[in-house]
Amino acid sequence: MISQFFILSSKGDPLIYKDFRGDSGGRDVAELFYRKLTGLPGDESPVVMVTSGGEWHHDDRHFIHIRHSGLYLVATTSENISPFSLLELLSRLATLLGDYCGSLGEGTISRNVALVYELLDEVLDYGYVQTTSTEMLRNFIQTEAVVSKPFSLFDLSSVGLFGAETQQSKVAPSSAASRPVLSSRSDQSQKNEVFLDVVERLSVLIASNGSLLKVDVQGEIRLKSFLPSGSEMRIGLTEEFCVGKSELRGYGPGIRVDEVSFHSSVLLEEFESHRILRLQPPQGELTVMRYQLSDDLPSPLPFRLFPSVQWDRGSGRLQVYLKLRCDLPPKSQALNVRLHLPLPRGVISLSQELSGPEQKAELGDGALHWDLPRVQGGSQLSGLFQMDVPGLPGPSGQGPSTTAPPLGLGPASLSFELPRHTCSGLQVRFLRLAFRPCGNANPHKWVRHLSHSDAYVIRI
Amino acid sequence: MPYLGSEDVVKELKKALCNPHIQADRLRYRNVIQRVIRMPKLDQWGQAEVLNFLLRYEPRSEEELFDILNLLDSFLKSSSPGVVMGATKLFLILAKKFPHVQTDVLVQVKGPLLAACSSESRELCFAALCHVRQILHSLPGHFSSHYKKFFCSYSEPHYIKLQKVEVLCELVNDENVQQVLEELRGYCTDVSADFAQAAIFAIGGIARTYTDQCVQILTELLGLRQEHITTVVVQTFRDLVWLCPQCTEAVCQALPGCEENIQDSEGKQALIWLLGVHGERIPNAPYVLEDFVENVKSETFPAVTMELLTALLRLFLSRPAECQDALGRLLHYCIEEEKNMAVRDRGLFYYRLLLAGIDEVKRILCSPKSDPSLGLLEDQAERPVNSWASDFNTLVPVYGKARWATISKYQGAERRGPELPDTASFATSGPLIPEENKERVQELPDSGALVLVPNCQLTAEYFEKTWFSLKVAHQQVFPWRGAVHPDTLQMALQVVNIQTIAMSRAGAHPWKAYLSAQDDTGCLFLTELLLESENSEMQISVKQNEPRTETLNSFISVLETVFGTIGDIKS
Repeated sequence: MISQFFILSSKGDPLIYKDFRGDSGGRDVAELFYRKLTGLPGDESPVVMVTSGGEWHHDDRHFIHIRHSGLYLVATTSENISPFSLLELLSRLATLLGDYCGSLGEGTISRNVALVYELLDEVLDYGYVQTTSTEMLRNFIQTEAVVSKPFSLFDLSSVGLFGAETQQSKVAPSSAASRPVLSSRSDQSQKNEVFLDVVERLSVLIASNGSLLKVDVQGEIRLKSFLPSGSEMRIGLTEEFCVGKSELRGYGPGIRVDEVSFHSSVLLEEFESHRILRLQPPQGELTVMRYQLSDDLPSPLPFRLFPSVQWDRGSGRLQVYLKLRCDLPPKSQALNVRLHLPLPRGVISLSQELSGPEQKAELGDGALHWDLPRVQGGSQLSGLFQMDVPGLPGPSGQGPSTTAPPLGLGPASLSFELPRHTCSGLQVRFLRLAFRPCGNANPHKWVRHLSHSDAYVIRI
Repeated sequence: MPYLGSEDVVKELKKALCNPHIQADRLRYRNVIQRVIRMPKLDQWGQAEVLNFLLRYEPRSEEELFDILNLLDSFLKSSSPGVVMGATKLFLILAKKFPHVQTDVLVQVKGPLLAACSSESRELCFAALCHVRQILHSLPGHFSSHYKKFFCSYSEPHYIKLQKVEVLCELVNDENVQQVLEELRGYCTDVSADFAQAAIFAIGGIARTYTDQCVQILTELLGLRQEHITTVVVQTFRDLVWLCPQCTEAVCQALPGCEENIQDSEGKQALIWLLGVHGERIPNAPYVLEDFVENVKSETFPAVTMELLTALLRLFLSRPAECQDALGRLLHYCIEEEKNMAVRDRGLFYYRLLLAGIDEVKRILCSPKSDPSLGLLEDQAERPVNSWASDFNTLVPVYGKARWATISKYQGAERRGPELPDTASFATSGPLIPEENKERVQELPDSGALVLVPNCQLTAEYFEKTWFSLKVAHQQVFPWRGAVHPDTLQMALQVVNIQTIAMSRAGAHPWKAYLSAQDDTGCLFLTELLLESENSEMQISVKQNEPRTETLNSFISVLETVFGTIGDIKS
C-alpha cells in the first residue's frame, strides 16, 4: 500500500506528485527525500530510507525508490510491505509511462503531466494497485500524449529507442519505437510495427593465467508491440534450444541455458516440440522470456586480453603492454569498447602508443581508460602505456622481483556492445503474425539481437 | 474498475478472507481459499496480495496444510519476484513445524533469488541480496556453490558491493575459500577507501576459520603502505589475535614497520594494544611505544593515551629494562601535565599500583591474552528459520535488523509517549557511586532473601555446557543509552558478586556478555546481556538451574540496580 508517489528529476525537482491516502505530510516530502538521498554516506543503501516526522508525531515514512533513465521514481509507505512487490511495481510504472509517453525522460514527463496523473489515477486507487495492464488501461485513458519535437541533432542521444540505450539503437530502423503506444482510435494512419529484441548481458571473470573463472549470461527476449491488442503472434526460437543440463536436442552442441521463465501470457503448447512461443501481447512493452546461462558458453568469449607488465621499482616507471584479441566471427564487430584499468595511487604521467588512430587513452579517476570505438571480429589491437609512479614503495623485504606487478594495478574491466550477436547462440528464427490488417499494409517486424557487457573482468 | 486483478470476484474473496466470521468457521474459510488458489486470471499484484491475506490462516490439520502447500506450489515458479517471495514467506510460515519443508522451499527459491541478485534493476538486486544474507544466517552453506554470482563488478554502486562482500564472507567454505579470498583481495586495493576497508574486514571475518591464508594476505597488504589499508589491517589483527591465538606468531612478525602508516585513533589503539600484549615477541616493541610516548603531547585522542599507558605497563612487566625510562616519562606526563581527567586518573592509578609492588601489578594486569571462547559462543548463534520467517519479504532484511530495531523503537517510543519520563527518572534515582551501591546491595538480602556467594568461580567450558542445557527463565529489557564500557560494568558486577565469564570488546555490535552468579543455597544464575545496537535497549536473559521465582526476582533487581548505577555514571 502506497501513501504517496512522486517523480523527481535528476536534480531533485519534483515533476509529479500524488498523494493517495492523505495520511502523511505534504509536498515537502519530495524535498525531504532528495535532501536525505544526497546527504547519505557512501556505504548506506539508498533503496530504502526512513524519516520520522517531529519527535512527538506518529509520522514515519519509508521511501522506496528506483532510478530509471535519470529520474527518481519514489513511493512512500508507512507499512512494512514487501520490497520486491513495490520495486516491481515501480519499474512496471516506469515501463507504463514509457509506453504512454513515448520514452521516459524529464522532458517527456513534464510535457505529459496530465496524462501521467490520469494514468496514476487508474493504476493506483487509495494506494492499492488496480491494474497495470496496458490493455485494461487503454479503455480509461483519454489524454493523448504530446510527442516530442521531431528529429533534432541534440535529441539524438536521448532517443531511448526500445531496448538497451546503445549506439546500435541510434542506427536502428526508425525512431518509431520511441513513439507512444496510442489508442488506435486517433491514429489509423500509423504503421503497425513490432519490435523484438534478444538482449543478453554478459558477466565474465578471467583469472590472471587466462583461465575462465566465471561466465554468466542473463538473457531477455523483449517485445514492443504497436499492433492492436489481441492479435496473435508466434515466435520461433532456435530449434536446438535446450533447457537444463540434461536435455539434448538435435545434433551438435546445441544451445543450452540453465533456467528459463516466461511471461504469464505466453502459451507454451508448441514450445516442447518446435520451440515456438505463442502469445497475444497487449500493446506496449513486455518481457516475453528471461533465461540464464552460467559456466558453459558454446561460443568462444568475445575478447581475450594479454597483458604484460614491467615495473622498474627504482625509477618508479611502470610499463603496461595490453594486447586485445577479438574472437568474434570476422563478420561481426564490437562497438564502444572501453577498457578500464585501475592503477596504483600516484600515477602522474602517461605516454601511449596505440595500434590505431581512432583509439584514445587517458588517465582519470585513478585508472586508465582505453577507448576503442569499433573492433572488428578476429582483429587484434594493442596499446603500450608508460607511466610514472613516483611515490610507490615496493613490498620491502621480499626480494627484488621486477616482474611482479605493483599492488593496486588491475583488474582490467571491459565494456562493449555486440550488435547482431548473442553469446548463448540463441536466435529468433521467425516472428509470424496471425493478424491480417484490413486495408493496411503488412505490419513491420523488427528483430534485433544484441549482447552487451555487464562485467567483463580480467585479472592481471 | 474492478478491484485487484481483473475480476470482481477477487474483491469478494478478499472481503471474505478478512471477515472474522468466516475466519472463525474454518470450513467456510478453507473453501474461500480453495477458490482463491484456483483462480487462474489473477495478475501478479493480485497474487501477491492474496498470498499476503493467506498468511492469516492457520490450517487445521497436517493434511490440510500439505493440501494448501501443494496447491500453492506453482506460485513459487512465477516469473515475478514479488509473487515468488510472497509464496516463500507463506510456505515458511505455514510449515513452521516442518523444518525439512522449509529447507525444501528455500532450495526452490534459490534460482529466483539468484536471478534477482543479478537483475538489471539495482534496487531489486539490493533487496534480493539482503534476503540472501538473511537465509545465510540460518543455512550457512545454502549459496556456497553459487559464490561466483556474488563477485562484485566495477560498475556496481557502492551499497551493492558492500552487501556482496558480506554475503561472500558468510558463504565461504573449504571448496571456494581460495577463489573467494583471491577476489576479496582484489577489492582491498579498490579506489574507494570504504569499500577497500570493508573487504579487509571481510577477510578478517573469514580468518576466524581459515586463519593462515588470510593472515598471509593481510600481511601482504601491509606492504602497500597505504594509511587507510594499514589501519584496518592492524585492527583486524587485533581481533584475530584475541579470537585465534594460533596466529599470534605470524601477526607479531608482520607488525614491525606499521607504525609509520597509521594516523587515526582506531588504528593506533589497535597497534598499541598488540604491542603491549604481545610485545615480548616483537623485538622493537619498546622503541615503537617510546616513539608514541615522545609524541604524546601532540596526541589528540585521549583513548590512545589510555591505551598507551596500559600497553607500556604490560610491556614493562615482560621487558622492564627497555621500558622503564619511557614508562616513567609517560606517567610523569599523564599525572603532571595531562588535562584530560580520565587519562590522569588512569596514570595515577597505575602509579599507585606500581607502588604496591610488582607482584600486585602482575596479578592485576596479566589478564588472559586471548579468549577464543567468546568467539565460539558468538558463532554458535545460528538462527533458526522460524526466527526470521515473519520478517521475510518485508522491509526488515532490507534495513538490516539493527537499523530496523532503532526505527521501530522510535515508533514504539512515540506511541508510549508518557512512559519516557519514567525511565529517565529511574536512571537518575540510582545511587551515584559504587560505595553506596554496595550498601544498597547489602540491604537487599533482608528484603529478597538473596545472598550471592562472593567467590563463585566457573570455567568458561562449564558455563557453556550449563548455558546450553538450561532454558531461559526470565527475559527483560532495560533501557540503555550509549555504548558499554566493559571495564566499568565488570567492576560494578564484581562488587555485587556477579562473575563475568566473557564479554565483547567495547563498541562491538551486537555487544554481548555472559555472567554467572551463585547464591548461598547453590542455585546458579547464568545471564546473557545483549545490546543489539547503540541507543537501543539492553536485553537480558537469565537461566537458573533451580526454578525459584522469588530468588530470581531479587537477582533481577540486583542487575537492575547495577545497570541503573552505571547508566547514571555515564550520563
